[in-house]
Amino acid sequence: MAMKTSDDRFHHRVTKELENQFMRSAVSSAQERFQTRRLQQAEELGHWEEWRAHGEEIRKHVLENLDYYLYQLSENVSKRGGHVFFAQTAQEATDYIQSIAKKKDAAKIVKSKSMVTEEINLNVALEELGCEVIETDLGEYILQVADHEPPSHIVAPALHKNKEQIRDVFKEKQGYDQTEKPEELALYVREKLRNDYLTAEIGITGCNFAIAESGSITLVTNEGNADLVTALPKTQITVMGMERIVPTFEEMEVLVSLLTRSAVGQKLTSYITTLTGIKDEGDTDGPEEFHLVIVDNGRSAILGSEFQPILQCIRCAACVNACPVYRHVGGHTYGSIYSGPVGVVLSPLLGGYDDFKELPYASTLCGACTDACPVKIPLHQLIHRHRQVIVENEGKAPVSEKLLMKAFGLGASSPTLYKMATKMATPVMSPFTKDNTISNGPGPLKAWTEARDFPAPNKDNFRDWMKHRTKGGDHK
Amino acid sequence: MTGRIQHRETFLLNIAKQLGRSPKTELPRPTWQYQPQDRVLKDATKEELVAVLKKQCANIHTHIVISDTAKLSQDLQSVVDNYGGKSVITWKDERFKDYGLSQLMTEHWPQTNIELYEWNAQQQEENIRQAEKANIGITISEITLAESGTAVLFSSKDKGRSISFLPEKSIILIPKSTIVPRMTQAARWISEKIRRGEKIASCINFITGPSNSADIEMILIVGVHGPIQATYIVIEDR
Repeated sequence: MAMKTSDDRFHHRVTKELENQFMRSAVSSAQERFQTRRLQQAEELGHWEEWRAHGEEIRKHVLENLDYYLYQLSENVSKRGGHVFFAQTAQEATDYIQSIAKKKDAAKIVKSKSMVTEEINLNVALEELGCEVIETDLGEYILQVADHEPPSHIVAPALHKNKEQIRDVFKEKQGYDQTEKPEELALYVREKLRNDYLTAEIGITGCNFAIAESGSITLVTNEGNADLVTALPKTQITVMGMERIVPTFEEMEVLVSLLTRSAVGQKLTSYITTLTGIKDEGDTDGPEEFHLVIVDNGRSAILGSEFQPILQCIRCAACVNACPVYRHVGGHTYGSIYSGPVGVVLSPLLGGYDDFKELPYASTLCGACTDACPVKIPLHQLIHRHRQVIVENEGKAPVSEKLLMKAFGLGASSPTLYKMATKMATPVMSPFTKDNTISNGPGPLKAWTEARDFPAPNKDNFRDWMKHRTKGGDHK
Repeated sequence: MTGRIQHRETFLLNIAKQLGRSPKTELPRPTWQYQPQDRVLKDATKEELVAVLKKQCANIHTHIVISDTAKLSQDLQSVVDNYGGKSVITWKDERFKDYGLSQLMTEHWPQTNIELYEWNAQQQEENIRQAEKANIGITISEITLAESGTAVLFSSKDKGRSISFLPEKSIILIPKSTIVPRMTQAARWISEKIRRGEKIASCINFITGPSNSADIEMILIVGVHGPIQATYIVIEDR
């Protein structure tokens, strides 16, 4: 699947997803659990702000010196017998990987979860060659069997499906005849995929963090699938976004500590694996051939721009779990494999404003994402900056933006517009609301409320806002 | 044999250009303003670290046994029995002998119908076949992280990666001397090794309990692609 996951208009997606009751309750309960666990782990670790500051300084340093570290990484991969291919575009990356699949005469390819391979639409490129491509992460596997449904959450891709739906998908597509118990479903997938690991010619992974000093790649999972994907097939291909790199094991450790806590509320996930080059002489398991594909695909254009901080992202989805808009509309509404606040910032940068210009408006600019981010990306400021760029480019503000600008930025010149635009802010503002005024607001409201109280948003919901918004024009 | 590197120069030049400078070929090791990781369990004694490890095992669905070389055979036997015996695969590792396990592994098990397979660098296909059908895999932790309950394994020709992934049950022996506060100490140790110019294992596994997933309705399932059950046995006098 490419980065763009839907050709539907934005407001159609919103309307459709708001009808999906299971998804909406699954999303809100998942958000709560993810959030609670993350906060518990941060509390238990202690000095969380200092950890975030350290995470941020590491990521910033790496981006400022990215060419140096990528050079060092590629030298070290090569020293350990691995091949490195620098791909400027998605096409260059998929062409190269196709050429390996052809050379290896690969009939079957096993994959562990990777956002960047989704972004470059790798599976389709390999399927064009006649390869069978099998996603081995449980959530990704479910979506693949369900006719390639798009993921709705960066960390929990099948969050929008319930166990009965999953049972039915397996039943319909594969003749599964057991119950909807999650353990039974998982055991079924375990047994089904075992043989695939053993017979696949190629294993493909993403990369959580490459380590420059040793030429290693780090994979973070709970299921152990990435380990089987890399231990058993004779050829391993790892695809990494060019910014996913750290200087040494010491920084890798810090970022992994932030990632696992922020993503799933675990001190570490079950399997953190660092792989270096091809297998050693005499080793039984591990690849005989290793290819590292380093992908730009629009990232370098972000470097040096005011959006550079988004490249600090470590894909933990803490911002997704904190976002009140995501909570209302779920992941599919974003129409991108990158959903939630990170998706709002990243999708227009990598995929262009034409396809994703509504996304910066799928935000209350409340700043909950910024507070949750373990590497301190100023997400809500970047979202706001996108809106400014869109206005500058188009010469006029889309109506929806006027609403928000008036409401949050320029004051309530029209009470109706103000009311509409602020309805969706209720759940976020409620902790700060007292007697219907906000006196200590977060994020962008802070400057305002330092000087005066802000009238509290009405306790209505996003649906009303959406209804008004689609009436107001800006149909795409 | 060194690998090929393709299209590096233009790719990195473009990055430097975007950053508004010429390519960087030298960079001193950065000094960080923050180092919060050193504070975690900073002054903990070994005993305290064992207690932390024990407590963490409850969070990671891992059974933990505190043992020593005098009773290790007995303790290992009872874990193997609990796991239903049948077949065991181990690394080829002198330490099993040092821990007093030779008699149990090479004499007692064969006599009691527990099949033992020792990893054999000369028998590559057989290694995988055996690991795939073994009920239990036994490995040894090189560095153990108390905070997270993590065993660190280094692969080699005698220490196959598959032993800790393919069998349904995993037993990891943990010499008490290997226990450190957290991943910080392990990462530093590996980094220092790299800086001395030494080669690191092609695969380093940080393993924290059995495999699991919450991909279906956020309900925790223990046992997905890797092991379904895991036990750590701490050896107090090693």
